[in-house]
Amino acid sequence: MNAIADTLRFLGNYVTTNVFRLGYATRLFLLTLLYSGESFRRFRLVLRELYSIGVLSLIIIMVSGLFVGFVLGLQGYNTLERYGSEQALGILVALSLVRELGPVVTALLYAGRAGTAITAEIGLMKATEQLSAMEMMAVEPMARVVAPRFWAGVISMPLLAALFSTMGVFGGYIVGVVLIGVDEGAFWSQMQASVDFHEDIMNGVIKSVVFAVAVTAIALVEGYDSKPTAEGVSRATTRTVVTSSLVVLFLDFILTSLMFTS
Amino acid sequence: MSSDFLVEIKDLHFTYDRRPILKGINLSIRRGEVVAIMGGSGSGKTTLLRLIGGQLKPTSGTVKVDGQVVNDMSHKELYALRRRMGMLFQFGALYTDLSVYDNVAFPLREHTNLIESMIRDLVLLKLNAVGLRGAHKLMPADLSGGMARRVALARAIALDPMLIMYDEPFTGLDPISLGVTGNLLRRLNDALGATSIMVTHDVQESLQIVDHIYFISEGQIVAQGTPDEIRDTKIPFVHQFVHGEIDGPVPFHYPAEPLAQDLMLEGAA
Amino acid sequence: MDLWVGIFVTVGFAALLFLAMKVGNMSGYSVGDGYTVHAYFDNVGGLKVRAPVKSAGVVVGRVAEVKFDNKRFEADVVLKIDRRFQFPKDTSASILTSGLLGEQYIGLEAGGDDQMIKDGEAFTITQSAVVLEKLIGQFLYSKASEDDSAKK
Repeated sequence: MNAIADTLRFLGNYVTTNVFRLGYATRLFLLTLLYSGESFRRFRLVLRELYSIGVLSLIIIMVSGLFVGFVLGLQGYNTLERYGSEQALGILVALSLVRELGPVVTALLYAGRAGTAITAEIGLMKATEQLSAMEMMAVEPMARVVAPRFWAGVISMPLLAALFSTMGVFGGYIVGVVLIGVDEGAFWSQMQASVDFHEDIMNGVIKSVVFAVAVTAIALVEGYDSKPTAEGVSRATTRTVVTSSLVVLFLDFILTSLMFTS
Repeated sequence: MSSDFLVEIKDLHFTYDRRPILKGINLSIRRGEVVAIMGGSGSGKTTLLRLIGGQLKPTSGTVKVDGQVVNDMSHKELYALRRRMGMLFQFGALYTDLSVYDNVAFPLREHTNLIESMIRDLVLLKLNAVGLRGAHKLMPADLSGGMARRVALARAIALDPMLIMYDEPFTGLDPISLGVTGNLLRRLNDALGATSIMVTHDVQESLQIVDHIYFISEGQIVAQGTPDEIRDTKIPFVHQFVHGEIDGPVPFHYPAEPLAQDLMLEGAA
Repeated sequence: MDLWVGIFVTVGFAALLFLAMKVGNMSGYSVGDGYTVHAYFDNVGGLKVRAPVKSAGVVVGRVAEVKFDNKRFEADVVLKIDRRFQFPKDTSASILTSGLLGEQYIGLEAGGDDQMIKDGEAFTITQSAVVLEKLIGQFLYSKASEDDSAKK
């Protein structure tokens, strides 16, 4: 009897806590949008965050893209060769990158590289009372700290995803054309014939913008909501990675089913 | 213009998470005074500062600063008021990504349209006042605890506030830094014509520099007076506090079951 | 720092441009600048919206819509053809497959009429998709009847 009551209590508590957190997150998100105007008027702030979010993620994104391209080239060739259609390698590489791997893998890497940094930084700013100090100086932390990071994330992610896909296509080209010897003309022309700008590339860009909003918002909320202790910040950082990875994969499923099924 | 009192608190109650923290605080702080609010750890002193700064809203009662009721203010009015307040946080709360110079310049850049050369002069003056003009290029990570506290003080007074609040300004300082900080605090208050409130449990240092002391215990003011009155007081709690006695009205032991029972000497009842 | 952000944004946009120009086809066939022509088929097979419309193997348009006409009990395929290409009224449209298992597209074969087809009109000569099962069925049937007649 006691065990059942305990389980019920635990479940109820779990649900209310999370509904509460969701409400808090939504409120914070709306506040971020509300204070965005101020951070755009002072674009320096966004610029600084673009550096730490975008520029510092460049290397990991480009190298990962290249290697994913290599793998796609190899695996794709092995499979397509069986059906005698290795000339379609370009299509396979480009479509899987532009539609799925580019936005998704970039978002996951971004969550690990930039998302954690955002959470930890804001969490520590809170723990060391820097956010409180800002409030007491009549400077709104939402405008000074949160909104610039949010927009830097939203601007960075589509660019990073495009870079990822580009590097991936090059990777596929290097393995498929340069190393294995698939016909170069067929590789590019088949790719161009079946990758559509609106259908594939723009949808990929839309995906990455949606992921950017989700991951950056999660990272910011986790940081802002973290307990101001060493343990609290480390937990929040972990939660950022776990939650945003799950949310990205879930959103990807939703978006894919909306975009690519007619 | 209005009254002699810069801060007036009437019948202030504050409850956090159904736990009453402040239970009916009344106090008035005269312009130009340096006031200490003392009490044991967890007695709600810091909460009181946050209520004055408007970061928390009281459950009931009013907080008036310069004739305006803080707890009825809109976000905008509150931010306008806060520009005339400075607050020094317990460990300084310097922005770790900005240099000492930029930390002090921060409020000036946020709230004024001064040209950079004027900001520079002001920042160096403020840093000079706390004796750290030479350190303006350092990053907060390079500073000792006492220096960080002084930089934070320079930042808090950057806009020449009418009210300066200090949250535990003496915690974790060595005796020299402690003396320096205490002295500085008093001198700055008088030089700026400001009013200062500090929350502390450092009795000896405070007694030397303040005009008035309030003791808070269990959410209520239990004693108040000038330093001389406090030194000679007969109130047991204050006596224990001032003289640092181990046992007294504030017991050494946290409330608990009798020891024998906790150790189960009476058998498994 | 500004320099790096500048480089980052430039490289990012360059990558987007590369994807648009080199990887994808920024073809404007589907949008706006074309005229629509209807073609009715008994069976469209696996024809999809946005499938290419080719004449002599060159893409001249896209399939804009595939719907069922409840009066004729046929499939109504709406083609959007680039304005630069005009076709005679007696052009025939057929659903073809690129390769044995490839995607399906619409092939146009120009006729000899002097009049060109106009926006909103329909191709009258059409040939439906070849459905593999039907083809095999027909083949088996004719084979069986041959055998039957041989026996007699």
